[in-house]
Formats: sequence, C-alpha cells, structure tokens
Amino acid sequence: MPEMTIREAISKGLREALTDDRVFIMGEDVGSYGGAYAVTKGFLEEFGPQRIMDTPIAESVMVGAGVGAAMGGMKPIVEIMTINFMLLALDQLVNHAAKMRYMSNGQIEVPVVIRTVTGGQLGATHSQNFEGWFASVPGLKVAVPSTPYDALGLIRSSIKERDPVVIAEHAMLYGAKGEVPDEHYEVPFGQAKIRREGKDITLVAHLRMVNVALKVADQLAEKGKEAEVIDLRSLRPLDVDTVIKSVKKTNRVVVIDENWQTGGFAGELVSSIQETAFDHLDGPVGRVCGLDVPAPYSRKLEASVVPTPERVMETIGQLYGL
Amino acid sequence: MATELTMPQMGYDMQQGTLVRWLKSEGASVKKGEPIAEIETDKAVVEFQSYADGVLSKILVKEGTTVEVGKAIAVVGAPGETVADKPSESKKSEETKTEANKPEAQSTRSEEVVSAERSTVDISSSDGDIKVSPVARKLADEMNIDLSQIKGTGPGGRITKDDVVTAGEKGGAKRTEQAPVKEKVSSKPAAEAPKPATLGELIPITKMRQQIARVTVKSKQEIPHYYVSTEVDMTQAMQLRAQLNQSDEFKGTKVSVNDLIVKASVEALKKYPKFNASYTDEGIQIHGSINIGLAMSMEQGLMVPAIMNCDDKTLKELAAASRDLGERAKGGTLRAEEYTGGTFAISNLGMFDVSSFIAVIHPPQAAVLAVGSVTKRPVARGDELTIADMMNVTLSADHRVVDGADGAMFVGEVKRLLQNPFLLLL
Repeated sequence: MPEMTIREAISKGLREALTDDRVFIMGEDVGSYGGAYAVTKGFLEEFGPQRIMDTPIAESVMVGAGVGAAMGGMKPIVEIMTINFMLLALDQLVNHAAKMRYMSNGQIEVPVVIRTVTGGQLGATHSQNFEGWFASVPGLKVAVPSTPYDALGLIRSSIKERDPVVIAEHAMLYGAKGEVPDEHYEVPFGQAKIRREGKDITLVAHLRMVNVALKVADQLAEKGKEAEVIDLRSLRPLDVDTVIKSVKKTNRVVVIDENWQTGGFAGELVSSIQETAFDHLDGPVGRVCGLDVPAPYSRKLEASVVPTPERVMETIGQLYGL
Repeated sequence: MATELTMPQMGYDMQQGTLVRWLKSEGASVKKGEPIAEIETDKAVVEFQSYADGVLSKILVKEGTTVEVGKAIAVVGAPGETVADKPSESKKSEETKTEANKPEAQSTRSEEVVSAERSTVDISSSDGDIKVSPVARKLADEMNIDLSQIKGTGPGGRITKDDVVTAGEKGGAKRTEQAPVKEKVSSKPAAEAPKPATLGELIPITKMRQQIARVTVKSKQEIPHYYVSTEVDMTQAMQLRAQLNQSDEFKGTKVSVNDLIVKASVEALKKYPKFNASYTDEGIQIHGSINIGLAMSMEQGLMVPAIMNCDDKTLKELAAASRDLGERAKGGTLRAEEYTGGTFAISNLGMFDVSSFIAVIHPPQAAVLAVGSVTKRPVARGDELTIADMMNVTLSADHRVVDGADGAMFVGEVKRLLQNPFLLLL
C-alpha cells in the first residue's frame, strides 16, 4: 500500500474532486503560490485559472462567494488560510451557509466545502483551534482528519456532501505519513476510529491530540495498562456511540482537546459521556485541554500550553490512580 | 471496656422483644442515648437507645429475632478499642515519608495512601460517606457485595471497580449475616434501585407506620363511625384555668385546656359508661376503669398512650399524669399497659389553629373526642352579642355500641361540664 503525507492525500482528494466540472477551488495564494501549506501546488498549471482562483484577503467575501456559487449549483472548495481568519467569515458560515436549507424549507442546498488550517505554532492570533466552535452549529459538518487515510476519505465524503462542510486540517500534521490504499474508499462523517484497542482506559482525541493520546497509551503500557485511543475524525456529527461503547468496556475516560477548556468541545463530550454511561464510570470523566490563555509566541511556552502526554498522565493518576 | 447492651424491659409485663431493625451497623460509632435499633414489644415498636458511648463492635441478634428481656443483643466497645478510627498523626506522617522517597510524590498521592490505610470500620461508620465509583456500586449490587466491607484503593479512598472485583474473588464481603442491615435493605430492591426521574423518594414503611395503617384500616372497616359535634363556650373554663395556674396549690402543675377536657370526659364517661366500652361478639364490654388515651404526634408517627385509672383522679392529678405521660412518651419509657390500655381517647389539635375535625376511633375503644382550637368569637348570649372563647368538639362513636342520641347526650354532658368548670373541681 502506498505511503503518503496528509498534504499529499488532500492534494490527491482535491485532484479527484476537480474531475467534476462543478468543482472549483478559491482562496488566498491557492493559485500561483500553490497554497500556504503547498496543498494545491501545481494546480493552477494543471486546471487553469477558471478553476483555481486566487482571491483577495477578504474571508467574508470568499466564503460568501462560495455559498452563493453552491446555491447556484456549483461545488466550490474554499480554502481559508488559517482557522484564525475564519472569524471574519463567521457570518457567512453560520448565518448563511448553515441556515439556508432550513430557511428555504429545503429548497436551497449549500454544498460548499471549506478547508481551513487549525492549530500551529505561530502565537496568540495564529495558534488557535476553533473547530470545536463550528461543531456547535446545526447545519454544518466538521471533519478533523489526523491521518492521510482519513484526510482523503473525508475529502471524498465532503465532495459528495450536500450540506456545508468545514474540514479542519492541522498545521502540524501536513507532513504526517500513513498508508493510503489505491482502491477507492470513503470515510463517512460521524464515524470515530479506534486507533488502538485497550481495556483499562479510553482516551478520546482529534487531530494532533490523537498523537498525544497514542504516546500516553505507550506510557500506560509500560505500567501494564492498556489504553484505548479513539480518534473522533468528525466533530459534527459526533460519534458518541463509539466512545460510550469503549467507556462501558474500560470504565475510565479522558478527553483531550487542544482548544481552551472553558466552554470547549471537550466539555460537551464529557457531558455526553456522563449522561449516557454514568453507571459504568469508575471515576470522574477527565479532560485535558489547552490552557485558558492566549497562545504564547515563544515556542517553548506554547508547547507548555498545549496538552502534553505528561499532563494527561497526571490527570489519569489523579482521577483513576493509574 | 466493652459494654453489653441487653434487651430492655419496656413495660412491667414485657417478657421478650423482637429486634425489628438495626439502625446502626457493626463498626458504627454510637453515642449514649443515640437510637441504634428498633425493638417491637407486643404493644409497640420502640427505638432502642445505646446506653454506652463507643463503637458498635458486635451485633449479637439478627433482625427479626425475638429474644428474652435481659439477653445481650449487642456489644459496644470503647472507641479505638478494637479498631482504629481516624488515622493518627504519626501514621499519616509515616505514610507521607514513605511516599516522599518516591521522586514523584504529590500531596494527592499520599492522601490516597492514608485513605486506603483506613480501616474498613472507619469507612463504614457512616454509609453515606463511602466513596464508590458508579460502576463499582452497580457491580457490587449485582454481585451482592457489601460496600462497607471493602477498602477503597482509588484516589481519595474511592472504591473502584477493581476493588469490588477483588472482593468478589475473595468472597469475604458478601452481604451476609455479618451485615444484617444491608441484607434487609438489599432484599427490598424497590427501595434502592435507581428510579425514573418522575418518581420522588420512596419512603420505606416503618413498623410504626405499618401499625398505624393496620389499626386505622381495621377501625374504618369494622367500626360504623358516626359523629356528633358541638360548640363549647370555654370562657369560664379559661378563666378558671388562669386562676388555678396562678394559685399556690397548682404551682408546678399547670393545668392545660386539654386537662380540663380530660377531666370533663372522665366525668361524662362516669355518667355514660357505654362510651367507656368495647364491642365484642359476646356483648358490649363495659370497662372497669377509665383510661383516657391521648393522641400524641411523635416524630415516628401517631401514638395514643393512656392515662390509667382516671376515675378518681382530681384535675390536678390528671394534669400531673398527663404531663408525665407526655414526657415518658418522648423518652420512650412508657409502660406496656399505657400503650394499649386506653378505653376512650381524646385527640386535640387545638394547638394548630384547627376549627374542628373528626377522629378515627382507636379500636377496641368505642369513641374518641376530637378537639379544635379555643378562639375568640362573637356569640349570642341570650339576646346579647358578646365575645367568647369558643371551642368545637366532635365525638366519633361506634354505632354498634351507642346511638346518635347517646352521642348527643354525652357531648352535651362534656359541654355542660366545661361551661360550668367548677364542676371539674368537685
């Protein structure tokens, strides 16, 4: 099976998508520069300026144009350079893209795909993780691929999807390698993946935090404890069932989220777990999140803000004595 | 140091008692005077209070067992005599020191170790304080394991699933005769199982409540009640009471309104003895003495202990007897005959601002007098409108024994006596 990076897997997915005449890509630097993260490198030459469009720095216009084109029967893929800039397009995304189907009584669909980049190591205004925010909006779908396999599979599902999709790609994961089969497959929304099986504790994560969870699982293995690591893969729809099934087996669970703790996505999942699996818990449901501070610019300080395997281990010790 | 607690004599004729329920489990700390069990005589269910301070180290009599008076039912040991309670300071510091040798020692860890070191007995001293994870609790229920017997090894001493599994494998913590309280509770799953949110608390029926239910249902099913009410002008009675209570003769024995009603009832019963009777298959049994039962609302429920042999008692003697009865009812030191010896009853809700009510006859008695509040009301006296202290009384009587006209005469006599209260001093 061929091995590729997440960057390559996404490029592959986009190339496939562009075989459909309705599909076009627009965004800042997606054309002549080849994409801020080089995902669309060579696309302009390959597909031409009609289908690979550089835009001005105007996120609201970009998403708005995407919504309009989607309403008009096209299949636009809008790249927002980082999720931090998505804030400028929130009105188009939340008030228009997500609402149009409902407000038109199903007459109008908005099958726009918005690719954006979350996380990173670029300081307070560039190292944020808002994908959990979008997950709270009815009408949106939010994909969070942490492997090349899932990135390609979720791109394929997104292109088929008839409602707006936000794909949050992690800045630090583009170079992550993994096997991707030649034969066609898709990764459906709302289907979490068990990355590692275990019976003693469940660790739930998405994007970069999956790797943290896997490291924690290694450390627990040294203590003779088996952690089950669940990669959510999409935040909306959310596959609570897989998490609950695992918790019923392990009786212990910690949710890891790179975003801030207060009002964050981890709290949502923690709440769902205790509501559904209370009688199966052997202790409080844990969460380890990014610290409630703006991300520091210093690389070392920033690393201390993001959840680390050490912090997760500490939480597991406090809650469960493992 | 250990003290044996024995089956108490709760009535001169009490031979044996049944241990209904243990209120404390083995290992619980108990204080002198603290109720630790419920004991049923053939007359009533009474709380049994410990007469020693310490730890309930051994329960000798199972729930539901009947034993003779004087037989030991439990042992109370001195605190710390058989088991350590709180971990001592020295122990704590020792634990901390041990932990401190490990590089990653943290306060939470050492606390955990100390908690885990606590004896089973300490944890079980108050069931509600046992820390148990939800899954451990559920599993313990399924495996019929007594959580109070398990040492929690989780953070903060929490009993975890592993602890329950380990205990199950060892088999030592089964809910057995060692923990009769638990066994009893678990045998009533309805009282413990999680309930749908729409239901409120399910209050277990105490022996006392069972008895009240039995007696009142029997009364209402068997006794054809009828009711006769009248208004009593208590103005003079209230004046007399005030005068008596100011006099030296009544110093220390204050007369209550209820005492006046008791005295009036006694005198009326002497005149109409059919109200001091019981209906039996053989005939209407007139009782040889007048024993006035007084309905008392206790914490556990209703009791109707009686003032015995009221026939020849003066108002002052009745007042003293009534107060003594009330105090001993609260203290749980009533004599057996007083529980069931009543021949007529008075139920007085006057202290609650009740205008009138009707009472349920306490079998095998034939009548009960329900007394409302004394309130100032405008009344016609002759052709004049005036303010008087008025009180309503309602007689409930057994129609098998007496008819309505009898009831009217009886109530009329009570009223006459209370409205001419000097007659109560004869």
